[in-house]
Amino acid sequence: MTTLSPLLQIEDLHVAVEGKEILRGVSLALYPGEVHALMGPNGSGKSTLAYAIMGHPKYQVTQGRILLKGEDITSATADERARKGLFLAFQYPVAVPGVTLFNLLRTAGRALRGQDLPVVQFRRRIREQANLLKMDESFLQRYVNEGFSGGEKKRAEILQLTVLQPTVAVLDETDSGLDIDALRVVAEGINAFASPANAILLITHYQRILRYVRPRFVHILAEGRIVRSGGPELAEELEARGYEQVLQQVRSQA
Amino acid sequence: MTTARPQIDLGPYKYGFRDPELYVYKAKPGLSRRVVEEISDMKGEPQWMRDFRLRALEVFFQKPMPTWGADLSAINFDEIHYYVKPTERQGHSWDEVPDYIKKTFDRLGIPEAERKFLAGVGAQYESEVVYHSLREDLKKKGVIFVDTDTAVREYPDLVRRFFGTVIPPADNKFAALNSAVWSGGSFIYVPPGVRVEIPLQAYFRINAEAMGQFERTLIIADEGSFVHYVEGCTAPVYSKDSLHSAVVELISMRGARLRYTTIQNWSLNVYNLVTKRAVAYEEAVVEWIDANLGSKVTMKYPSVFLMGKGARGDILSVAFANTGQHQDAGGKAIHVAPYTSSTILSKSISKGGGRTSYRGLLKIYEGAKGAKSMVRCDALILDPYSRSDTYPYIEVAEEDVSIGHEAVVAKISEEQLFYLMSRGLTETEAMAMVVNGFIEPFTKTLPMEYAVEMNRLIELQLSGAVG
Ligand SMILES: Nc1ncnc2c1ncn2[C@@H]1O[C@H](COP(=O)(O)OP(=O)(O)OP(=O)(O)O)[C@@H](O)[C@H]1O
Ligand SMILES: [Mg+2]
Repeated sequence: MTTLSPLLQIEDLHVAVEGKEILRGVSLALYPGEVHALMGPNGSGKSTLAYAIMGHPKYQVTQGRILLKGEDITSATADERARKGLFLAFQYPVAVPGVTLFNLLRTAGRALRGQDLPVVQFRRRIREQANLLKMDESFLQRYVNEGFSGGEKKRAEILQLTVLQPTVAVLDETDSGLDIDALRVVAEGINAFASPANAILLITHYQRILRYVRPRFVHILAEGRIVRSGGPELAEELEARGYEQVLQQVRSQA
Repeated sequence: MTTARPQIDLGPYKYGFRDPELYVYKAKPGLSRRVVEEISDMKGEPQWMRDFRLRALEVFFQKPMPTWGADLSAINFDEIHYYVKPTERQGHSWDEVPDYIKKTFDRLGIPEAERKFLAGVGAQYESEVVYHSLREDLKKKGVIFVDTDTAVREYPDLVRRFFGTVIPPADNKFAALNSAVWSGGSFIYVPPGVRVEIPLQAYFRINAEAMGQFERTLIIADEGSFVHYVEGCTAPVYSKDSLHSAVVELISMRGARLRYTTIQNWSLNVYNLVTKRAVAYEEAVVEWIDANLGSKVTMKYPSVFLMGKGARGDILSVAFANTGQHQDAGGKAIHVAPYTSSTILSKSISKGGGRTSYRGLLKIYEGAKGAKSMVRCDALILDPYSRSDTYPYIEVAEEDVSIGHEAVVAKISEEQLFYLMSRGLTETEAMAMVVNGFIEPFTKTLPMEYAVEMNRLIELQLSGAVG
């Protein structure tokens, strides 16, 4: 259907954390312009996959490969991956006391882009994006994630996404803990980011965000494997029937 | 005369270059009555100061070395040069400073800082202050900012009235040593009601090997005045150790506010044993802002005696101990009068086997009703080889007080590093960001230029091999 090559390709990925195997052969390919949703029960390994893609040193790839724009990044450090265009919006973003959100954005912008972008322009971009996400500008002067409410943390993650403009973004439960209005604002932010030149892996528990951000594919991760993939209708089916039934059906077919 | 020297790689410490020794006078190593008399003679000072020195020398000889705190056993008092006079006279413009010394201060960025954001500058090289300036408008308002030797000559009454009153020679062995051989340092007097809105700065440079630098600083902020004094220091890298032992006395009169900021960045062969103490009278404020990044060993506990009702003392310190360093630092707040308040905030970072110790005293005398104090020590340990200890002493003889004490030791978190690295920062950059965030309560008290410099120094400290 397409002659394009995938922006992110995951091949038979096995990942262990502290000696325990969590992922047991995950394969995925995200092509330019695609949004993939990844769903699955608690503890199924979604965040593990996100961390492994980003290169968390604790999450060891024991088998398989990760390719970004065709390049094998399986053994690259997290900062190298970021500089190659990868981004992770964390499920639980950590606080960095004493470092303002603005400072983080500026430093990250410089790290990712070198000195290319003039400071004035970059500042303007940060302010614009903050406004789009309905974040008060004073927020930029607060310390990263320190004392942020759950929803504020998620918004700050999306602000980093839209300011830093990666090629591949993994969003780990960015919709969790958002009120209805915030969900819409964040979804609009994600949609504004999405373009034919990038790809998004959207990890979520809820079908609700998928009404705003339309995925091309929905995958279900269970016990460390992708057990079913489908279109947006799969998310609706899950919402209606729950994991138990859907997974039972998968097992009986296997 | 040419001073071009080959650039050698000094590692993360960028200030370790050295100049040739083109000195007017350099005392032979070792300490004796003769050396003290020689210093006094060369300075042509009044008899009372000569007597003060000689009495102090006796005290120094009598007092044993302190056995608490850092290890000082390797100091060899016989190897140190106690007085080195680099030039015949002090310059009041940089053109009057010998070329090679001026070049050194250029490299350290002092004349540039002076042009950009300082109201006055003193530059000490070895034992003497080689350059001094103060803005005309401040002179007209009666502000005095000179080196302490000049002050002894030109403002004898002021000096005699306050010199050695806050820190008597017998206070400790190193205060006695300083009192015997002191040379240079700053003397500041701010008249009542005068606000010096822009900082005054002094910079201390050691150049010779096995040098002893003993500057003596006395600052008097008269009633209702304000002044912010900043000091910085560096030295070349040598295999033999140098000794820096200053005495700093601050007096904040009724309603005055005196802020004293130090960014200590000696090379790793300097013992830095400094006594700093302030008195604050009624409604006066004293702020010690003290960063220790360099030196082999530092022992320094800026103190404030809260003598008048409503006086306040804030001590904010940062210590960074890297490989081969022991920073034994802290602060002391002594509440004598009622409704006095103090905060001591200490932030320490240790790395590469370095060691930091917080040593502090909070003392509240009976009768200091309504006194308030908050002591907080945060330690950040960057690897398993490094160490941090706290020795907080609290003595309270009054019941009607409110005090708080907190101590937190943290390791740098892998999750923070990963988070920042996922945003494109290298491990070192991520670590520097976490550390700079950790000391932010300190950095934000600095004028912007110093804050930038401070962040840069932290990055340099971390740019060596990680871990
Ligand atoms: N650092 C870790 N140390 C120990 N176990 C871990 C670690 N990280 C993940 N695990 C384990 O791996 C499994 C998968 O966890 P993961 O966080 O990937 O699940 P998830 O699908 O993201 O769940 P949720 O929907 O609750 O976010 C769990 O059993 C979890 O306890
Ligand atoms: Mg998760």
